[in-house]
Amino acid sequence: MTASFFGEVIEWLSASANWSGDFGVPARVVEHLIMSGASLGIAMAIALPIGMYIGHTGRLQFLVVSLANFGRAIPSFGLLFLFVLWLGLGLSSPPSLRPPIIFALVLLAIPPTLTNTYVAIQNVDRDTIEAARGMGMTGIGTLVAIELPLGAPLILAGIRTSAVQVVATAALGAVVAGGGLGRFIIDGFAARDFPQIFAGALLVAILAILTEVAFAGLERLVSPRMSSAGRRGRAEPHPWEVAGRAPRSPDPIA
Amino acid sequence: MIGAPFWNWDWLFGHLDLIGDRLLEHLYLSGLAVSIGLAISLPLAVVAHRRRVLYGPITSVAGILYTIPSVALFASLVPFTGLSTLTAEIGLVSYTLLILVRNAVTGLSGVPQDVKEAARGMGYNERQLLWRVEMPLALPAIIAGVRIATVTTIGLVTVTALIGKGGLGSLMLGGFRNLFPEIAIVAGVALSVALAVVTDTLILGGQRLLTPWSRGVRLRVGAS
Repeated sequence: MTASFFGEVIEWLSASANWSGDFGVPARVVEHLIMSGASLGIAMAIALPIGMYIGHTGRLQFLVVSLANFGRAIPSFGLLFLFVLWLGLGLSSPPSLRPPIIFALVLLAIPPTLTNTYVAIQNVDRDTIEAARGMGMTGIGTLVAIELPLGAPLILAGIRTSAVQVVATAALGAVVAGGGLGRFIIDGFAARDFPQIFAGALLVAILAILTEVAFAGLERLVSPRMSSAGRRGRAEPHPWEVAGRAPRSPDPIA
Repeated sequence: MIGAPFWNWDWLFGHLDLIGDRLLEHLYLSGLAVSIGLAISLPLAVVAHRRRVLYGPITSVAGILYTIPSVALFASLVPFTGLSTLTAEIGLVSYTLLILVRNAVTGLSGVPQDVKEAARGMGYNERQLLWRVEMPLALPAIIAGVRIATVTTIGLVTVTALIGKGGLGSLMLGGFRNLFPEIAIVAGVALSVALAVVTDTLILGGQRLLTPWSRGVRLRVGAS
């Protein structure tokens, strides 16, 4: 069964009909990227300023802690349905911009970036900031010239977690009539078309991994040059080598 | 259900047995996944702790599994293992590995060298050292991982509604597909969040009992 099954999957993936038109793979990839990009953009516009404010001033820290914990407990699957209850399916919008899905994705993307931005700015060496202040830098000046560049790798790590999570959950959007690559999986289930389900799953997984890789590359690009830890690539440094570093606590993928 | 009020309490209280069943299924699927995850992760963590070169490869594989979206992972297994608990568990267990291995290795690596020297000086062999010194001292970090993995898994179980399981997720999907009134969606989400919060609190309480020496050490917000 297995060999012929993979044959059917390859057949599905190589059928030109599946690669053209509004319902083909390229169109679905574009939908998936628009849906994810728009949600991530809105989420960043909210999470980055708030994270910077809290990290810089040290105010409202409880907000970050409770958001990080609570955000993990809310099932993204249920969040989609709650927004559909509230806003309807939004069928008058294009498949890539259905309001209930965008709202749910934005809400899911906020906690990882917010938490990391706050931690990144909070963790900047106090002596460095004192030195900047001593040189006459203002609060905003230290934020822009010292805290943001030093915190950039950690902030980008947060954005990466958010991005991967958004790309993953966007696939679930198909359950509530959204577009994107999830359509192949959900429509495949409806039609009991297992090769299509598998091909769709493969495409979703590849897109998520590519997102992870792209953001990891960006992260390495902004890592301070003197640090060798950030230049070693994706291979995790053993905790022995980074004594005192808090373990990366990833947030759930939808 | 046309014409029924949104807050359909009659349906809710008339179907407490159904809701209870879904809750139990949710608990069963999550509990099983975290238990199997631990049974796989702890030996892996000990290996990665002893042979440092293996830490990178082990976390890389776990990281790739973790990056695959749940709907894709479950869907890709269906052609082979069907709409079954096995399909759900393979996916759910895969997602716990990264968190559990990483936290356990961090915990094991954090055991002070002096303490290990002292234990060796008292004649402990490697196995005794592991079970009587390293593991107990690594327990707070391991349990911190179990807490994250449990809360994450409770959220992910809802997605398995798409493959005919789902626990409380099947209430949500049923509410969306008009098999149940809309209130089922709200009940499903509320109970799922409540289950996560209560389980997390219970594990934290269990940790306080198991590691009385670490009392007073507060968990800090970690970066992801």
